[in-house]
Amino acid sequence: MAIVVCTLAPLVGTTAISLSRAFDRTIAFADNVDAQVFFVARLPRVLAAVLVGGAFAVAGVVFQAFLRNPLASPDTLGVSSGATLGAVVVITFHLDTAFGGMSALPVASFAGSAGALGVVYLMSVARRRGTSSTVLLLGGVALSAFLGALNRLVQVIGDYTDVFRSMRWMMGSLDVGSYRDIVVPLVPMILALAAIATLPRVLDLVSLGEPAAESRGVDVRKAERVALVSASLLTGSAVSIGGPVPFVGIIVPHIVRLIVGADHRLVLPAALLFGGSFLVLCDLLARTAFGPAGMPVGAVTALIGGPFFLWLLFRKFR
Amino acid sequence: MAAVQKVPLTRRGALIVLALAIATIVPVRSVRLQADRVSPAKAGHYGDADGTPRRHEDTKPSHQPGNDLRAFVPSWRFQTATAVEARRIVSIIPATTEMLFAMGAGDRLVAVGSYDRYPPDVEKLPRVGALLDPNVERILALKPDLVVLYGTQTDLRTQLERAGVPFYPYVHRGLPDVTGTIRSLGARVGVAAQANALADRIEQQLARIRARVARSPKPKTLLVFGREPGTLRGIDASGGVGFLHDMLETAGGVNVLADVKQQSVMMSSELVLTRAPEVIVELRYGRGDPVPRDDLKAWDALASVPAVKNRNILVLQGEEFVVPGPRVADATMKLAAVLHPLAFR
Repeated sequence: MAIVVCTLAPLVGTTAISLSRAFDRTIAFADNVDAQVFFVARLPRVLAAVLVGGAFAVAGVVFQAFLRNPLASPDTLGVSSGATLGAVVVITFHLDTAFGGMSALPVASFAGSAGALGVVYLMSVARRRGTSSTVLLLGGVALSAFLGALNRLVQVIGDYTDVFRSMRWMMGSLDVGSYRDIVVPLVPMILALAAIATLPRVLDLVSLGEPAAESRGVDVRKAERVALVSASLLTGSAVSIGGPVPFVGIIVPHIVRLIVGADHRLVLPAALLFGGSFLVLCDLLARTAFGPAGMPVGAVTALIGGPFFLWLLFRKFR
Repeated sequence: MAAVQKVPLTRRGALIVLALAIATIVPVRSVRLQADRVSPAKAGHYGDADGTPRRHEDTKPSHQPGNDLRAFVPSWRFQTATAVEARRIVSIIPATTEMLFAMGAGDRLVAVGSYDRYPPDVEKLPRVGALLDPNVERILALKPDLVVLYGTQTDLRTQLERAGVPFYPYVHRGLPDVTGTIRSLGARVGVAAQANALADRIEQQLARIRARVARSPKPKTLLVFGREPGTLRGIDASGGVGFLHDMLETAGGVNVLADVKQQSVMMSSELVLTRAPEVIVELRYGRGDPVPRDDLKAWDALASVPAVKNRNILVLQGEEFVVPGPRVADATMKLAAVLHPLAFR
């Protein structure tokens, strides 16, 4: 399904393009509008959607398993609030003069999420044996609220045009327009996914409860650190690409579990693929269904995902 | 009533009904406009502080075409039109603050908004917040007899109503509304003559620009007023309504987004490619918005766009481009000059 969506999505858009013309080598690239629409506008956008959607969904799975809380999401521990703070600071204080052709915005949002991640890490290190993961969860909520308050504080200082830009950024956008914006965050993403790939069994056990996991020889402390750090890294990289796209990280894991069951060996890859294709579809709708001006993808994810999730739930319980 | 039901509405009948409808609407409207015209003269009875009678101000009828634009301004704008002239004004909107200064009422301002930067005299005045954060306490403490605010600031309006402070709600729309607002605000404040003269001057200037570009070919233009530096992300451009769009059309450009009936349009790179503008004009207006040369290179990714191919990406810097105040004509002139360099040589 993911493959189908990703192949078809670039073909659909507000304007009809001819593929044969897009791939026609005899026309110079600079003159070939179809090729430019395909390679410059659509393909990077679809790739960005796959990465962002997949990353948020996997991070959501990890957070929900470790915190044993169905409401946990990539933002629960304040990582995307940190990223937002980084972006808002850059926008408000006009620090975003381009460095070597790349906007400082993704760098700053990544730095912001790394800062929040540092705090999360310290919390998980400080957490002694026996303290419940709820404490960690509460710590995350407090951090998130604190960062959100800082955000508003910075925005109040800013000009109204800055506030407008900040709000735009927070709505999320996948129109990256260049491959560099995708490739750079891909590095931490791959590292994080590799780390998470070692964990499915641990996640299964941990979601049964810590004592159960420990009795089966899992070093919960260590696994938790690896999991939280890599999930946060994933979130941070995803936010730096597309902004804090809501909903994917909290609901996609549930949708996937409703479909494939609770085995994390299945849930993790399924979340990666489903999250990716879900966001590609949402973005497709965002850019086509609302006229030429489009709509922020963040508004569409919940608009589509909410009813879909409710439908799945009802079908399951009937 | 019964007769109407029995006889089907013939073409003639329909015409009569239409004529009746017009006959009832027209006097109502003209009465409203007259009332508005009369009010400042009435205010003149009270006279200025220096005792100069101001009655003569409005006796001269204005023949400027833009004068009827008032008809487009909703009547609620004139709800306070019967009040006496204002001597202690708080204006929290950059555009209206500029208007008040330009119509010679700058000395009546006792406070301005946080973002008002022009003319330089505003720096001497206290600031009392703006659209999102008006400081009601400070506004009330200044004992204003008129507060100029955004029509959407309902909380502030309720609070002022409760405190019995008159206000003038401002709405930001097309270019004709700029002179419309100047006239009605001038009448409300009690400087109608100067305000009308200012509005006439702006309309004449705009008409001259229109005449000057009338015979030049009109380039398909994308008017960008925001973009993430160094990339093509977060492009905000003027859609087919609002004063930026009107300025562009007056300046002899064809807006490539004219069919999108929004003031601001979030542009995707795909939309830029398919609309294929011949000219891209970027407006910069923030506090010292830097314009590094490299920044415009971001557009190179869209090499098939005629404006990119022919290096027709122009940057205009200045706050006058985004403040729909009395400087709109100057801003339109600058825009016309870059779109039609030959006509303005």
